[in-house]
Amino acid sequence: MTARRSTAWIVPTLLLAGCAALLIGSLRSSLFAQQTISGLANGGIYASLAVALVLIYRATEVINFAQGAIATFTTYVAWQLIDWGLAYWPAFICTLAFAFAFGFALELVAIRPVERRGSQLTVVIASIGLLILVEGAVGYIWGNDIRFMPAPFPAHIYRIGGVAFSRQDIATIAISIASVGVLWLLFRFTKLGLAMRAAAVRPEAARLVGIRVSWMLSLGWGLAAVLGAVAGMMAAASPSVLLQPSMMDGILIYAFAAAVLGGLESALGAVIGALAIGVTLNLLGSYVSWITPQLLLPAAFVLMLVVLLVKPSGLFGRTTARRV
Amino acid sequence: MSRRRLLGPIVAVVTAVVIALLPLTLSNYHRSTGAAVGVFFVAILALNIVTGYTGQISIGHGAFMAVGGYTTAILTHDHGWNSIATMPAAIVFGFIAGMIVGLPALRFSGVYLALTTFAVALAVPQIAKNYPDFTGGTEGLPLPTHSGLWLYTTAWVVAGISFVFAWLLLRGRTGRAFRAVRDSEIAAASSGVSLPVHKTVSFGISAAMAAVAGSVYVLVNNFVSPDVFALQLSLFILIGAVVGGLGSLWGVLVGAAFIELLPLGLTSSGFVSSQLVPVIFGAVVIAVMALVPLGAADLLRRALQFGPQKSQSPEVPLGTEGT
Repeated sequence: MTARRSTAWIVPTLLLAGCAALLIGSLRSSLFAQQTISGLANGGIYASLAVALVLIYRATEVINFAQGAIATFTTYVAWQLIDWGLAYWPAFICTLAFAFAFGFALELVAIRPVERRGSQLTVVIASIGLLILVEGAVGYIWGNDIRFMPAPFPAHIYRIGGVAFSRQDIATIAISIASVGVLWLLFRFTKLGLAMRAAAVRPEAARLVGIRVSWMLSLGWGLAAVLGAVAGMMAAASPSVLLQPSMMDGILIYAFAAAVLGGLESALGAVIGALAIGVTLNLLGSYVSWITPQLLLPAAFVLMLVVLLVKPSGLFGRTTARRV
Repeated sequence: MSRRRLLGPIVAVVTAVVIALLPLTLSNYHRSTGAAVGVFFVAILALNIVTGYTGQISIGHGAFMAVGGYTTAILTHDHGWNSIATMPAAIVFGFIAGMIVGLPALRFSGVYLALTTFAVALAVPQIAKNYPDFTGGTEGLPLPTHSGLWLYTTAWVVAGISFVFAWLLLRGRTGRAFRAVRDSEIAAASSGVSLPVHKTVSFGISAAMAAVAGSVYVLVNNFVSPDVFALQLSLFILIGAVVGGLGSLWGVLVGAAFIELLPLGLTSSGFVSSQLVPVIFGAVVIAVMALVPLGAADLLRRALQFGPQKSQSPEVPLGTEGT
């Protein structure tokens, strides 16, 4: 615990230094500013998915490997609704509602029977089974061909002092951060949120005061699926990601890396980690010539590894004392 | 007591004889399917050493198979080596790769290790794609053609050697040390078991074995490309290990048959379209986890009444930091 106190200043200092470097760079070069903004947009997508992972990890200490596949499925649902003639935003809202029910149902059908008897590893394997199942279902229902998601915003470029921002990027950042923010409000200020937090932290005690712990877990899966749906729809709208069954695989890794950077238990940490990864990878990709698009994923992995080796509990994780 | 001591060797001998005689009744195509089961046998055995016996979860064993597979492919394609001669090289490179990936296991365990190895599984094919001059890039490299019988024999000889090696390793001093690390790191360390040595060596041996599996795998496929070692391969090996039963050598065969033959059987039965296979496979995995969470080995143990001993299957301490 003493070690933690003496190093507590490092993380905020590093973050401040990073922000300052980005700001200075952006003021000096408009290309740098554009790359930073689109990195933040990618980071926003990772953030939604990373917070979804954190949500489930906090409740059950299990990493949900199916999170990306669930997001893909809901994104296809959105595509289908639009294809049937619904306008984008009504389809968006319907998809969120569907995602909630879908996540809720998956927990009920696939995870709860496993959780009752098995260890954490069996739940992880079940979530991997779910990943194969849901991704397979996407391929079965919609085929493996690439589809095109209509963009939610007309292509428009804002210019501020010679720097061009695409409306798409700005909106992605805003929607991702807003969805995480709404979730934070739910957890912080509603009775339901309090009950969910209680069920996650002290299941037995929560049960004693009358909270239905297992329903809170299902609810958590539902909310995580909603966040995943936001991430999926934002990702499908971006030009670099195509709508296909495996589209979230890579994004899931970035979200993992973001959640780990943030310490796995902290939603704020996951958001900051996600934005940092988005910006870092985008800048690496555009300024370091030997880092090709193929090497971005390994680069994210190395980044995660370095942080973990220096600070095993992540940037915002609790250092827990172990009892022997 | 005597019944319990005899049962193991008898089952082993009968299984070995059946596996040795099986190719006589199989067509050439089914022999290479049998070879693929042998490959997964070795890969699951490898994963079992590090996850089942040492308690260090790995979701990235497909990456070690990739190391072995690419070693064999490059040596045969570019340097004209004999297929068998590449396997010792694959073992060496696999061992080194495993030691390197094992290093993070010294600092963190449980869920962090799971994520690290998961990332390795995704990163290695990307790296292979990035250096096309060396690995053939996305198009991959061709490999020498072998008959179904050759593949079957090679795969199961490798499997037999690996099994005997794993059995000798795990029953002795090293195996005891591995299990001590799994059950309680602190107790192991206080008894003089070196955690860094045993964790990295366990990873190294496991990865070397997975690398040989990868060598045979690319020979069976007759082809290597990054997609051969996609994430799905790693996931399937882990599923096979858990379905077979972690911490048991007997379940490995069940796990290997499960991951290779279930999808194949579903496709060839004609009842379901091939598009539906992953859906059913995923559902079966979830059902197995709900009904038999300790895997086939546990089921077998109960069926044969291996005495009223406590279940040996470990609970890999995922999420809890060691202890």
